[in-house]
Amino acid sequence: MSPARPLWTSTATELIALLRSGELSATDLTRSLLDRIEEVEGDVRAFITLTPEVALAKAKAVDDARARGEDPGPIAGVPVAVKDIIATRGVRTTAGSKILHNYVPPYSATVADRLEAAGLPMLGKTNLDEFAMGSSTENSAWVPTHNPWDLDRVPGGSSGGSAAAVAAGEAPWSIGTDTGGSIRQPASLSGVVGLKPTYGLVSRSGLIAFASSLDQAGPFARTVADVALLLGVMAGHDPRDATSLPNPVPDYSAGLAGGVKGLRIGVVSQLMGEGVQSGVRTRIEESIALLTKLGAEVGEVSLPTFDLGIDVYYLIAPAEASANLARFDGVRYGLRVDAEDIVKMNSRTRAEGFGAEVKRRIMLGTYALSAGYYDAYYGKAQKVRTLIIRDFARAYENYDVLLSPTSPTTAFGIGEKTQDPLTMYLSDVCTVPTSLAGATAISIPCGVAPEDGLPVGLQLMGKALDEATILRAAYALEQELGPMPHPLLWGEPS
Amino acid sequence: MSDLVTTIGLEIHCELATSTKMFCGCAVGFGGEPNTRVCQVCLGHPGTLPVPNEQAVAYAIKIAVALGCGIAPSSIFHRKNYFYPDMPKNYQISQYDIPLGLKGVLEVTTDAGTRAVGITRVHLEEDTGKSLHMGSGGRIHDATYSLEDFNRAGTPLVEIVTEPDMTSPEEGRAFAQELRSILEYLEVSDVRLEEGSMRFDANISVAPPGERGAKVEVKNLNSLKSLHRALAYEEVRQREVLGGGGAIDQSTRHWDERSGVTRPLRTKEHAFDYRYFPEPDLVPIKPSPEWLEAITSGIPELPPARRRRFIADYGLTPYDANVLVASRAAADYFEDAAAAAAGIEPKQVANWLANDLLGRLSERGEDLETTRVTPQALGALVGLVAGGSISGAQGKVVLDEMMVSGRPPAEIVEEKGLKQVSGRSELKAVVAGVLAANSDVVDRIRGGDAKPQGFLVGQIMKATKGQANPAVVQELLKEMLQG
Repeated sequence: MSPARPLWTSTATELIALLRSGELSATDLTRSLLDRIEEVEGDVRAFITLTPEVALAKAKAVDDARARGEDPGPIAGVPVAVKDIIATRGVRTTAGSKILHNYVPPYSATVADRLEAAGLPMLGKTNLDEFAMGSSTENSAWVPTHNPWDLDRVPGGSSGGSAAAVAAGEAPWSIGTDTGGSIRQPASLSGVVGLKPTYGLVSRSGLIAFASSLDQAGPFARTVADVALLLGVMAGHDPRDATSLPNPVPDYSAGLAGGVKGLRIGVVSQLMGEGVQSGVRTRIEESIALLTKLGAEVGEVSLPTFDLGIDVYYLIAPAEASANLARFDGVRYGLRVDAEDIVKMNSRTRAEGFGAEVKRRIMLGTYALSAGYYDAYYGKAQKVRTLIIRDFARAYENYDVLLSPTSPTTAFGIGEKTQDPLTMYLSDVCTVPTSLAGATAISIPCGVAPEDGLPVGLQLMGKALDEATILRAAYALEQELGPMPHPLLWGEPS
Repeated sequence: MSDLVTTIGLEIHCELATSTKMFCGCAVGFGGEPNTRVCQVCLGHPGTLPVPNEQAVAYAIKIAVALGCGIAPSSIFHRKNYFYPDMPKNYQISQYDIPLGLKGVLEVTTDAGTRAVGITRVHLEEDTGKSLHMGSGGRIHDATYSLEDFNRAGTPLVEIVTEPDMTSPEEGRAFAQELRSILEYLEVSDVRLEEGSMRFDANISVAPPGERGAKVEVKNLNSLKSLHRALAYEEVRQREVLGGGGAIDQSTRHWDERSGVTRPLRTKEHAFDYRYFPEPDLVPIKPSPEWLEAITSGIPELPPARRRRFIADYGLTPYDANVLVASRAAADYFEDAAAAAAGIEPKQVANWLANDLLGRLSERGEDLETTRVTPQALGALVGLVAGGSISGAQGKVVLDEMMVSGRPPAEIVEEKGLKQVSGRSELKAVVAGVLAANSDVVDRIRGGDAKPQGFLVGQIMKATKGQANPAVVQELLKEMLQG
């Protein structure tokens, strides 16, 4: 690599090599990323809270360990940004909501503990749609995040801050959470790689719940190899989460270069039809051709229940959210708006503390669970969820991996969809089926759309716990695609 | 109005005596400084998750099996949604349509006979914290402020629901009593009603035979006595309303212990739609056959069987058997004491235990677990009395001393010189002496006035320092006065 190239443009894998060879200290690396944040954060607004002291302390600990001849861990010293819905002891965690504007958790999420144990300095807590409800990061109670490719556009959401931070070079990698597409869709719109792990692979302990049966934390990075590394740190059984899977975690990096020869890839016709932007379709089709060239056996598969994904998702997720968000009542932590009695205090706190989209979903979910409506809404949605899972199983009889665009469109303009929640909800059409099935999927950039120059994301969906296969396929495609264009914000790195 | 029939069903909440809470590692206990047994999980902090307590599940299975319930091969938790400041998550993790145990039965006996009461379900849930609403009525709606203590929040609770099979307040109380005994035998709960470890809700309706009356739910019943009083009050109230041509509405009422009446709750406070749905943070409970077997094999002999055995093997009356078996501690104590008093009628051991020891313990605020009187010592004492070594009155004096010092009865008898004198020849001399010294009294008796005979007995006892065997003295007096 050219010595003139700024550090912030390096991938985590490159940085690890420099750290391990002693050419670079974790402290210098952390400082240089903090400088980069200082430089672009005013434009991007990827972070809610910056934690330079936390990051530098950890970096120093890693450097000290190395100086003593100890091994602080294979990936130690590479700073990370963490979505502000993951509890971090002693560091304010807001979930993007006014109702938690002052909340400092007394404990850390298992994911945060694992990053800490791996020696990753935490640069800060990234912006998100309030309680992860949204697809643009505009529902943050603080500020909207801007897409580094075009500052007038959204980075996607809800993990828009984590995606934008990586795209802008503020962090080489980051942590997001995905409930119906909240990692994959912003990865797509911001031109980075993002992976939604199988439900139960990564502990949910400390992940502020939106929809408990769907929420999963996962990694963002600029390369598939980096995503594989970070996933390996996050994954694994956790006794603090009863839904955590006991399976051993494979070495996701080991099999990356295995290629796609003979891999059976099904293109989901329901996700390639109407509503897909032409430039998105173009890039996806090119990638399909590349995969075929690499020896994959690509076919088309029809999964009719995928058309119902959005409808089902917007019943199940709000229903669970309506209960999950009940605890924000002003009694024990967070915002409290005083009133003449405790019942009025509860309702005023919630009225002032929650934003419009959160209230909309609480109402939707409350309605879907109400006596007399449960069977027609929540009950039926669960049945359709089962049908979607069956459609997946049917597809996997003939295919190893399913393929679709991650998002039907490239990044849309800030404010463009805020007045029309339904249009916003449709941003998740390609991502919700995997979420409902509790399986895994990855989004990787596959070029920019000719009409707007914005990144297009390609989604590879895998069977539950088959992260290794989608990572291998994504890696093969990434290598074949070659270097991607950079966001405008990168300027022309000298 | 005697042609009206009373129908009663009960819902019992019982705190399990596990070492830790239902879904976190906090200690389970009673009282203490507010908010000292809490963590982020039982305080409902954002991002925290429940992890089920295996011991609580085992205890609940034990209870369900003891009540004759079938154990669901796979039962699930639900969320019960409602806002209340002492419920940290504003939903309670409970079981709903697929509970742990279903369809059992428990027989209860009252003066009216024995009745099989159906058990609808046994399920697991978590307890709430405690609210103290300050100002005016102590109710949430008119409180100027409220204090919250979350020490109890997350304590494992078992809820037991009966069929509406009971027909009198007495049966209601008998059921609650029998259930309490069973829980004590299973060693799954402290069953300390005064600490709220068992709480009752009752459904009661009154209607002509064959008809279904409107169900009235009575809440806030925290003792067997208040359960019985509230049911008795409510039965009379409903009979009077119906007798006066009125109608009973399906409703919820609150038992006011102090004034001894039930009062209607504001409809607003119980018109909830709980919006139950399966708890996504938990997976189904699927007890393996091996685990079920291990739990079931740990169930001891329960009160109904033990009562039968006490009557058959020890010759106790049903009443005595009932009194002793009601408490596992008393029944265990009895069996140990009876074994120590081999060859003596167990009935006598039962009497000494139930009438003398338990009475003294409760006067002194002690119980069988804290007393210094071992079952072996009580058995020995009963042996001394039954064998005639000391009199019953002396035995009570010895028992008093045993309770203080914990020393063996023989030692106390020895030290106090409490030996009973039963030898005829020895006593004959004493009686002769007393008769000689009281010739005037002897003349009156011989003249037909039997009254002063008691005076003579007193003089004999005095002369023997209370050691004379009263039966022998009576016998000798009778002979010698005639002579």
